[in-house]
Amino acid sequence: MTHLDGNSLAGPLSEFFAFDVTVAVAKCEGCGSIAELARAMVYSSDAGSVVRCDSCGQVLMTLVESEDRAWIRFTGMGAIEVARTPTAG
Amino acid sequence: MSFITRGFGGRSRERDDRLPPGQTLVHDFPVLSAGPTPEVDTAEWEFTIRTESGSQSWNWDEFMALDIDEVSTDIHCVTHWSKLGTSWRGVSLDTLFEHVETEYDYVMAHSYGGYTTNVPLDELLDGKAWVAFEFDGEPLDPEHGGPARLLVPHLYFWKSAKWVRGLEMMPSDEPGFWEQNGYHIHGDPWKEERYW
Repeated sequence: MTHLDGNSLAGPLSEFFAFDVTVAVAKCEGCGSIAELARAMVYSSDAGSVVRCDSCGQVLMTLVESEDRAWIRFTGMGAIEVARTPTAG
Repeated sequence: MSFITRGFGGRSRERDDRLPPGQTLVHDFPVLSAGPTPEVDTAEWEFTIRTESGSQSWNWDEFMALDIDEVSTDIHCVTHWSKLGTSWRGVSLDTLFEHVETEYDYVMAHSYGGYTTNVPLDELLDGKAWVAFEFDGEPLDPEHGGPARLLVPHLYFWKSAKWVRGLEMMPSDEPGFWEQNGYHIHGDPWKEERYW
């Protein structure tokens, strides 16, 4: 089965998060690799999307969607680093 | 008020009784997967049942020497497709469990590649499940789970773990991969047990 890169998460996840998930940075709890989620490998099928670390293949997160609900699980990553825009003070 | 009456009208417009609710008939064989397709050589393949007291393993040649069943069955995927009258060859779980002693009632199936799925033991016995290695008269293609996959056709097809490498007996029901991520812990298509 072929996979896409993490940029393919931008559309489906924009419904749930106010920040752009693809430029968020996460640490893989399997190998310790720290990378933007855009670099992750995304295996998508009608059953759901499985996001895997591009260094070691461990599952980082999953997304399952039904017509009226969604399940998002951050399986194999710790904190997510999200860039902020400094406000003039 | 509208209602549906069976037995009236043309047969072609009747819903096929073999289709569970919410399912659509397909004639191809869609591929669903949670990761890369493991390439497992039968020379290295091994199937193991682990219990509270030990384990029992078969290599490919030992597995092929067991009683082999021809299975014709309907299969139902949680993504709304069903395929009727599919043909498989495989070893019944009844045959495998003849060699196994356990007090535990629940099973976690483990696959090459790391996938897991949970099934109660009583839903794998009495002719309800197989480890299948042929589909439609051909060796099972890797993208469909070859060299061998679990076949539990009375449950949604994600329970029929592809690339299966073993069963782990458990004292209580624990969720497997998709069951932790939104899908139903049991998965009966006739009850539409799709999600939590």
